[in-house]
Amino acid sequence: MAPILDINKLYKNYGATEILKDINISIEPGDFLVLVGPSGCGKSTLLNCIAGLEEITGGTLSIGGNDMTHVSPKDRDIAMVFQSYALYPTMSVAKNITFGMKVRGVDQATMDAKLKDVASLLQIEPLLNRRPSQLSGGQRQRVAMGRALVRDPKLFLFDEPLSNLDAKLRVEMRTEIKKLHQTLDASIVYVTHDQIEAMTLATKIVVLKGGIVQQIGTPAEIYNNPANLFVADFMGSPAMNLIPAQASNNGSGTQISIARETGETLVLNDARDLSLPQDVILGLRPEDIAEAGFRAGAGVQEATCMVDMVEPAGADTYVVSELGGKQVTARLHAETSAQAGQMLNLAFDMSKVSYFAQETGERLN
Amino acid sequence: MTDLSMPQTQTRSQSNTSKIALRWLLYVLLGLFALYYLMPLFVMLTTSLKSLEEIRTGSLISLPREVSLDAWKTAWSGACTGIQCEGLRPYFWNSVLIAVPAVFLSTLIGALNGYVVAQWRFKGANIIFSLMLFGCFIPFQVVLLPMARLLGMMGIAGTIPGLIFVHVIYGLGFTTLFFRNYYVTIPSELTKAARVDGAGFMRIFWSIFLPLSLPIIVVTVIWQFTQIWNDFLFGVSFSQAGTQPVTVALNNIVNSTTGVKEYNVDMAAAIIAGLPTLLVYVVAGKYFIRGLTAGSVKG
Repeated sequence: MAPILDINKLYKNYGATEILKDINISIEPGDFLVLVGPSGCGKSTLLNCIAGLEEITGGTLSIGGNDMTHVSPKDRDIAMVFQSYALYPTMSVAKNITFGMKVRGVDQATMDAKLKDVASLLQIEPLLNRRPSQLSGGQRQRVAMGRALVRDPKLFLFDEPLSNLDAKLRVEMRTEIKKLHQTLDASIVYVTHDQIEAMTLATKIVVLKGGIVQQIGTPAEIYNNPANLFVADFMGSPAMNLIPAQASNNGSGTQISIARETGETLVLNDARDLSLPQDVILGLRPEDIAEAGFRAGAGVQEATCMVDMVEPAGADTYVVSELGGKQVTARLHAETSAQAGQMLNLAFDMSKVSYFAQETGERLN
Repeated sequence: MTDLSMPQTQTRSQSNTSKIALRWLLYVLLGLFALYYLMPLFVMLTTSLKSLEEIRTGSLISLPREVSLDAWKTAWSGACTGIQCEGLRPYFWNSVLIAVPAVFLSTLIGALNGYVVAQWRFKGANIIFSLMLFGCFIPFQVVLLPMARLLGMMGIAGTIPGLIFVHVIYGLGFTTLFFRNYYVTIPSELTKAARVDGAGFMRIFWSIFLPLSLPIIVVTVIWQFTQIWNDFLFGVSFSQAGTQPVTVALNNIVNSTTGVKEYNVDMAAAIIAGLPTLLVYVVAGKYFIRGLTAGSVKG
């Protein structure tokens, strides 16, 4: 099947400033693509380029197999949900939802039928005669989605749709968007700065930084095999532990030495035979460091560490220790007896380690 | 407990009395200012209702002994402007014929300009806006001669359409400024959403922006109406016999009396000439303040 969205060597400049550089993305029908990155990384600009609201400087863009590089937004067969919802303030909810159809000259009967469908799908029937100003944040969000859904487009674009909601509502709406995606089997491009949203919603994630694609992959790929230090640090909460270390080949595998504040060296062995340079950054997720005895496997190695801080988080307890001059977080079970200022035996799952080059930050294994 | 609470209640009641005293001081001051500003109107009104005889013998601020509307009648339909003695009436209608279309057109074009400059940021939009803004500060006198030449070339010199044209052009700087500043507060995502929905440039303007604009339309209409109705310089420069606006006619009435100066007629004529703007303020004044202070549009 042809890709529903195909972006090829896309460039976007504002004057002399390059906002987006050499973007190549392709998604299949039914994909949920999330563009994620810190603010100012160009993700919203990229979405606006896909929508046709911003002219692109170079490259091509096709939607549903048709070249859309210079086509105006209304002819791209897309629908968009905005961060501020952008509901038309003087129109009722029903008029907001049907405005697009009215502009396109759809007949009244079809309009009514579609409005009814969407309203029941989003459970906003009682709100149809209200003005946007009479709605709560969550209701506005629903109406904004209704306005997009009613169009039944080839591609949905979401620009940080949940960032104006409070934490609880955000989680609820996140689940609902995911459900909608599954029931409608829609193709979606979704922009967010929230990496948890990205992980939970996406079938495919694009991590952007400074207008350059850092990595494209499934949530699992991005999480387990980050392509560079930026992705490793950006995705996941608490962030991946990134510890400066020395690597050497010990015949059967790789030996990793980490400096400790006491002066001695922590030596860990990775069974994988990786030809690494001497100076590396070792990346290990907090959940891959457990209390000794609670983690088994071929790659697990134990070491005693000084506990600097204990942070109970309900379901888990985070323990912070210092290794290689960095604060290292371990994710322990909730009932741990670890106490600040005491020694604790920790289990490091070396089979999960990512290695990065110290100079370039690129992934090595 | 009671001992402790005593001083507190005392200071509270003290601050309450001083608050009330301050409030009264404020009212008295405001009242005095209002009186001061209303004095001329009072004198005009009473004088217009007096007979000439009474004006000569009585004091300026005394109430009329006998209320007479003769002066108003004369001012409206009998006073002489130069050689014609038709009163203000024909000129009043001239002013209406000039002001209404000119206000409508300048408001409409200003709204479109503001919409373009604020929401469709094309290259050079800011420069064009700055230039239009600059138009607000050009003194009237500077444009008189070029405008006269232009009107002559267009063949509408001395006509009412000519005056409408002048007022529309001269008003655009202000109307554009008003609408631009109002539309700038409307999130650009609204335009984007409408574009994705398939609406074009004019559709977005008519269906989304104009319905939002009532407060700023009121402001602009009041502003423009006052400017155009009260204008004298353009009126006297670009009109000819028969197309003069009411302000010019008022001047002619006051200046072309022979013999006795009819103060009562002059006063009545002045009030008639000023009445429409006064009325607009009374009717729409509260919207004027509201519109000027209206911030972003929530929704």
